[in-house]
Formats: sequence, C-alpha cells, structure tokens
Amino acid sequence: MKKLVNDPKNVVDEAVAGFAAAHGDIVRVSSDPTFIVRADAPVTGKVGLVSGGGSGHEPMHGGFVGVGMLDAAVPGAVFTSPTPDPILAATQAVNGGAGVLHIVKNYTGDVLNFETAADLALADGIEVRTVIVNDDVAVKDSLYTAGRRGVAGTVLVEKIAGAAAERGDDLAAVAAVAEKVIGQVRTMGVALTPCVVPHAGEPSFTLAEDEIEIGIGIHGEPGRERIKLEPADAIVDRLLGPILEDIPFVSGDSVLLLVNGMGGTPQIELYIVFRRAAEVLAAKGITVTRTLVGNFTTSLEMQGMSITVLKLDDELTALWDAPVQTAALRWGR
Amino acid sequence: MNLSVTWAEAWIRQCVDVIADHRVELITLDRDIGDGDHGENMDRGFQAVLGKLDTLPAESVPGDVLKLVATTLISTVGGAAGPLYGTAFLKAAVAVAGKPDLDGAAVVALLTAARDGIVLRGKAESGDKTMVDAWTPAVDAAAAAERAGATPVAILVEAADAAEAGAVATEPLVARKGRASYLGERAIGHRDPGAQSSALLLRAAAETAERVADE
Repeated sequence: MKKLVNDPKNVVDEAVAGFAAAHGDIVRVSSDPTFIVRADAPVTGKVGLVSGGGSGHEPMHGGFVGVGMLDAAVPGAVFTSPTPDPILAATQAVNGGAGVLHIVKNYTGDVLNFETAADLALADGIEVRTVIVNDDVAVKDSLYTAGRRGVAGTVLVEKIAGAAAERGDDLAAVAAVAEKVIGQVRTMGVALTPCVVPHAGEPSFTLAEDEIEIGIGIHGEPGRERIKLEPADAIVDRLLGPILEDIPFVSGDSVLLLVNGMGGTPQIELYIVFRRAAEVLAAKGITVTRTLVGNFTTSLEMQGMSITVLKLDDELTALWDAPVQTAALRWGR
Repeated sequence: MNLSVTWAEAWIRQCVDVIADHRVELITLDRDIGDGDHGENMDRGFQAVLGKLDTLPAESVPGDVLKLVATTLISTVGGAAGPLYGTAFLKAAVAVAGKPDLDGAAVVALLTAARDGIVLRGKAESGDKTMVDAWTPAVDAAAAAERAGATPVAILVEAADAAEAGAVATEPLVARKGRASYLGERAIGHRDPGAQSSALLLRAAAETAERVADE
C-alpha cells in the first residue's frame, strides 16, 4: 500500500500543520494539545460549537471550522477519538461566555471522551450541552448494539447549528436546532474497498474483488450485509430504501440530498449516484430543494459513498443558506 | 505477605512491557471486529505511563501509582479504552487510597472497584463481549479466593486465570457494545481485544506479585 506519508506516527500532526498553513485566514491551530479553532475565537457572546473525533475523515471536522459553522475541531489519532484534554482545551478556547455545544458522533470512544471533557469543563464553570448525532439507519436498534452511528449527517448538523449560533441563538436554542436536524436526517453508506490506517499498514477489513459492504459506518465497519457488486442504481436503491422508510420521508416533503464520497470514489461516480437518488425521490413526490455532492465525511482512501437525506422546513433551509466560511464549505460571504 | 508500592510499581512497569509485546496481537484482534487501533492506543498510553513513573514521590503508596496510571491513560489513550481503563484505575486508586500495603481484602476491593468503574463508564453487562467479560470473572474468582483465606498473591493468580478464561470465552459471543456490535453474528469466533488486554494486565499483576513475594 503506497501512501504520501513520512513517519506514520506524525500523520495527524503534519496534516494539521499543513491545514493551518493553508487556511490561516480561517483558522488557528494549537499543537499541544492539538485542536483547530476559528481565527477570531472566542467570539464574545456567541455559543461555541466544538466537534471532533478520530482523524481520517477529512474534511470532517477541521474543514468545517470557521464563520457560520464550528468554532473548534479536535482531531484524534487516525480513527481514534481524541482524549478529554484537547477537547477541554478547545472548549475553553471557544467559550465566549454563552456556553459551548459539543457535537458528538455516536461512537463509543467519542461519546466517552467528550463526556469526560464536558464534566471537566463544567467543573471549570463552562456551561456545556452535548448532542449526539446518530443518523445512520443501517444499524437497526440500540438494544443489541452501541446504537446508530453518527456519520455524514453530522456535516448538516454542524452547518445548521453553526448558523443558529452565528445569528445569536442561546445555548438551549442552538442545541434544540441541532436536535431538530438530528431528528430529521438519515444516512446509509456502502464500501467498495477497505481502507488502510497509516500506522497499521494493512487494510482494516477485507472485501473480495466482487464484494461490497452495505450499511458501513465511517471506518468501513459493517452494518447490514455483504453482497456481490451491483450496478450503481441498484446500490442506490438499497441505501435509499431504508433511509426513506425510517422517518419516514413522504410525498410533499422538501429535502436536502447529500451524496458523500468516502475518499476513494471519483466525483463522476458520485454524480451517477446523485442522478439515481434524485430520480427515486422525485418518483416518490419528494422535492430536493438543497443539494451537496462531494467528499465531506471520508474513510481515508476507501472507495464508497453514503446518501444522506434531511427533511427541510423554512427555518432549516434559511439556516442552511446562511453564510459560511470554512475550508470545505464556503458560500454567502 | 501484603502487597506494597514495590508491587504496584512493578506491576505497572510489567504492563508497559506486556502491552508493547502484545501490541500487534491486540491490533490484529481489534482489526477483526473493531477498528484496529487498540494495540496502538494502549501502547501509546503505557509508554506515557512509563515516562511518568519516575516522577512518583518516594513516599508513594499503591493508590498513588494507580492514580498516576489513571490520569495518564485518560490523557493519552483515546478511543473507548482510554476512558474505560482510566476510570478503572481511578476507581481502584480510590478503593485503596492511603493504604501503604494491601491485604487480601484490599486486593479484592481494588479489582472490584476497577470493574465497577468500567461498568459505570461503558454500561456494558456480562456477555456483551467486552472487557467486562474478563473483569467480572476475575473479581468473582478473587473474592472467592479471599473468602477461602488465600494470600494476596494467590488471589491475583486466581483473578488472572479467570480473566484469561473470560477473554477466551468472549470468542463465541455476539457483541452488544462497542464497534464490534455492528458485526452481529460475524463477531462470533473472534476474541474481544479489550477482554484480551484486560487479561494481560491482570496476568502482569499476578506475575509481579509472585516475583515480589519471592524477593
């Protein structure tokens, strides 16, 4: 496996240093402990938004730090949650006196480390609220598993909650908007190939040449079933079916449709996927009013994609359209 | 013979070596049913512990060693294992706080508090295919040995044996917590990496206790 790395142990530090060098107009970076904050943090009187998790999902989360989205991102080692120390330091760095919202993907390590950091921040007198994103429909219930995972829908939570914070909503209101998005967003993904964690040097799982994994999380970990490769349209139908049944999405709904690449799938294939997903939604009388196509929540070099559908109303649409200036999403300013 | 700070420090130093020696094994187990980072994360954490052991004051007691391990693991391991092991060592430290040496009852209290901390943080139950499946048999075996009048060393040996058996016994289980829970039936046949690392740490506790008792 060929990779553009130096010492595998330095992958995250070197990437974060490069990110800081490239986007100094948007962010500042702390190196010990490692976290990324927007250039003007802390913003007095504004609720601070902190997210984070294992690295390897770029541009998530560092690419979403900036005006109108996250105030801080805390990258852990590749596919490993950050520890409480940098989460606490980031929380302190973005506290503008209006409290801090932690946006956490529902993975055991992320939840436990953010929980510990939130306890420490509370002890410091910082008001912290936490929302847990669990948009992945591939996992059926939490009775027999750690629950539904937080995947690409997290991008939409961060954008919309970020806009709510930017317009001056208080902590309870920003948390409520985030919970509203979490309640209305659903995702399912597929992997065509595994990915290789740099320090491991070997694929984290194996798939035969003609096999795909349906219902993956953002590390390629399975959710539903392993099947033979099918044409793109059939795969899209397999993902979209469980998504649409889940809330459910019904005729007359307006939605945001996100087709997210896992890192190794070219844009041309993502648009083939988008075309089919839009066709299926139109046939069901569901109107796609906002769209996003590209690599936003990745699994290193994995080939694959996920489809995310968010039910929109006027409030969420306005917050989605609000200005944002981050490394990965930028419009309106 | 009761166990002193000499044992506690020897135990932790042996944990550093054992985790380094088994780094690849833990990575491989975790790659099978998780995300392949357990060995790397544990090794990073215990290497950090090694660097801090020399900073312990001369008058330290076993609880001080455990507390140092707890705060270091919480700060350096990440993933789920960091908070879980960190909480385990923290609760164990509290259970034996201030005691210059540990009798059988204290050893059982240490192990019980560690297990309870893991359950508190991770909310896993026996049979969920987690580190609890190594710790609970270990605690049960230790308590039974203590009731039968065993020495602290013998209690730790019983605990280590039970933890190893418990780790092996996770192989036929379907996971209900953690990353492996998403595999469903496909987790069957694989040993839980957290249960395995727990068994390694408890074996190190027993071996160092035997060694210290011989000296």
